[in-house]
Amino acid sequence: MVRLRRYGFVAGFLVVPVALYSVFVISPYLQAFQLSLTSWNGYSSVVRYVGLDNFGRLLADGVFWQALRNHGLLLLVLPIVTIVIALFLSFLLNLGGGTRGAGMRGVWGSRFYRVVFFFPQVLAVAVVGVLFQAVYRPDEDGVLNGVLARLGAEPVGWLTEPGLALWSIIAVMVWQAVGFYVVLFSAGMAAIPKDYFEAAALDGAGRVRLFFSITLPLLRDTVQVGWIYLGIAAFDGFALIQVLAGDKGEPDGATTILPVTIYKTAFAYNKVGYASAMGVALFFLTVTFAVLTLRTIRREKVEL
Amino acid sequence: MTARDTGRPRLGVLNGLSHVALAVWALLIALPLLWTFLASFKTNTEIFGDPLQLPGAVRLDSWGRAWDKAHIGQYMLNTVVVVFFGTAGTMVFGSMAAYVLARYRFVGSRLIYYYFVAGLAFPVFLALGPLFFVVRQFGLLNSHVGLVLVYIAYSLPFTVFFLAAFFRTLPDAVAEAALIDGASHTRTFFQIMVPMARPGLISITIFNVLGQWNQYLLPLVLLAGDPDKWVITQGIAKISTLAGYEADWPGLFAALSMTILPVMIVYIVFQRQIQSGLSSGSLK
Repeated sequence: MVRLRRYGFVAGFLVVPVALYSVFVISPYLQAFQLSLTSWNGYSSVVRYVGLDNFGRLLADGVFWQALRNHGLLLLVLPIVTIVIALFLSFLLNLGGGTRGAGMRGVWGSRFYRVVFFFPQVLAVAVVGVLFQAVYRPDEDGVLNGVLARLGAEPVGWLTEPGLALWSIIAVMVWQAVGFYVVLFSAGMAAIPKDYFEAAALDGAGRVRLFFSITLPLLRDTVQVGWIYLGIAAFDGFALIQVLAGDKGEPDGATTILPVTIYKTAFAYNKVGYASAMGVALFFLTVTFAVLTLRTIRREKVEL
Repeated sequence: MTARDTGRPRLGVLNGLSHVALAVWALLIALPLLWTFLASFKTNTEIFGDPLQLPGAVRLDSWGRAWDKAHIGQYMLNTVVVVFFGTAGTMVFGSMAAYVLARYRFVGSRLIYYYFVAGLAFPVFLALGPLFFVVRQFGLLNSHVGLVLVYIAYSLPFTVFFLAAFFRTLPDAVAEAALIDGASHTRTFFQIMVPMARPGLISITIFNVLGQWNQYLLPLVLLAGDPDKWVITQGIAKISTLAGYEADWPGLFAALSMTILPVMIVYIVFQRQIQSGLSSGSLK
């Protein structure tokens, strides 16, 4: 009786979440793998299987390779730039006050800075995108170009120059992300015992030396977590690019990424099968990245 | 002692430089926001004449236009309703599932746990096409109910993962005592375990509220057909496109300011909880 009640309780607590999750998450994922082998257009009642044709087409598709190149650049630049800026700022915030008195202290006003830095994180990405449309306007009416005009320079097509557009978008991603990692790294730095810094400072280490010899090695795990999160973010970026560069990743596909291409292929061109094949490719890319990163991390892990 | 004396002036310079670096970044964050806010009071000619000048007068008509004509009020209300029910549902079902999976041993419990966690590995774009058709089959396309259910479903993997880890850390003794005293399993959960898990629940609630408030992709796909039901992110993107045709730029910036201000107020009030909630959420 008691056992039965227990099982009833367990089943009762699980039935709704498992059902919702199975219907709206797992079943679409499974269907995506299935549809990636078809040429389904979204409305016809006949679903024709084409085997691996979609994947063959994908390999010959210039847009796909362009998107991959853009992901590659994002994957390289976004984590490095964000982490370097965030580490620098959080070091200044937490340890920049020097070693006077009882241990290390943050600079004056560090709490205020942290509140300001973190704020973009709570703004919706779509809102940030619209905001930066005004900042990046190509004529002299844009905020950035207005500043340049004052300095006597020609206006720059931040989002219209093919060589520049993706960098402008990465800058917005960094702008939004840095505050989060400042908070993350600050938490990590606060966990480092103060005696380490005091001992090193007594031995005459300067602040730069403290950073590279103590803070950075002990912050390693936190930085790696940040690296994985930013790497995963490099495979997304949909809202920002859709708002700033449009459905096609203007100019001329220079900013196109897989999520944008998937959305367009499925809902504008009605090629659901082909879009699913792209989704499967994106899935394997993300998983490969995660597995490779985790394996490297495990191998490098040192006992402290 | 001598080292400390010679060290002081150098510290002063370095401190100064630190403040410069920090202030530069703070300005980079604040200026675009401030510019948007000021632009909402300007006229079209003021915005385009010289983007760096201050508004000639404080004009509030653009705010009125954004609220009524551009339906910002409507979008806001839609978002609040969807996020409220989405987060509430996520927390109720997520904590129930996490609790059972973390603290009860039964056949298949590990399997169901990994079934949930596996959802973390898939990018949402993979499911996009099929999800549209699943939701359509249930007749829930262009409805808030459908969007809420989808939000709950997609928030479950991380919520279950995070809360299961949290429930595992809670001591057994209290729950056992309650059961011996004759409380049912359900009552033990709601009256004993939920209050004990409060810190974890708060963190993950903040995480979900922000995530669902920011969602753009899912409403774009699932509410496309009915603009009256749109959420704020969709609304802003549309107003931004329209501003180009109707040449109502102050209206766009008023709409943006209206979206940003409430978030800013909530953030300033709860900044400590939000910062720790989000960063502990990501550190597991």
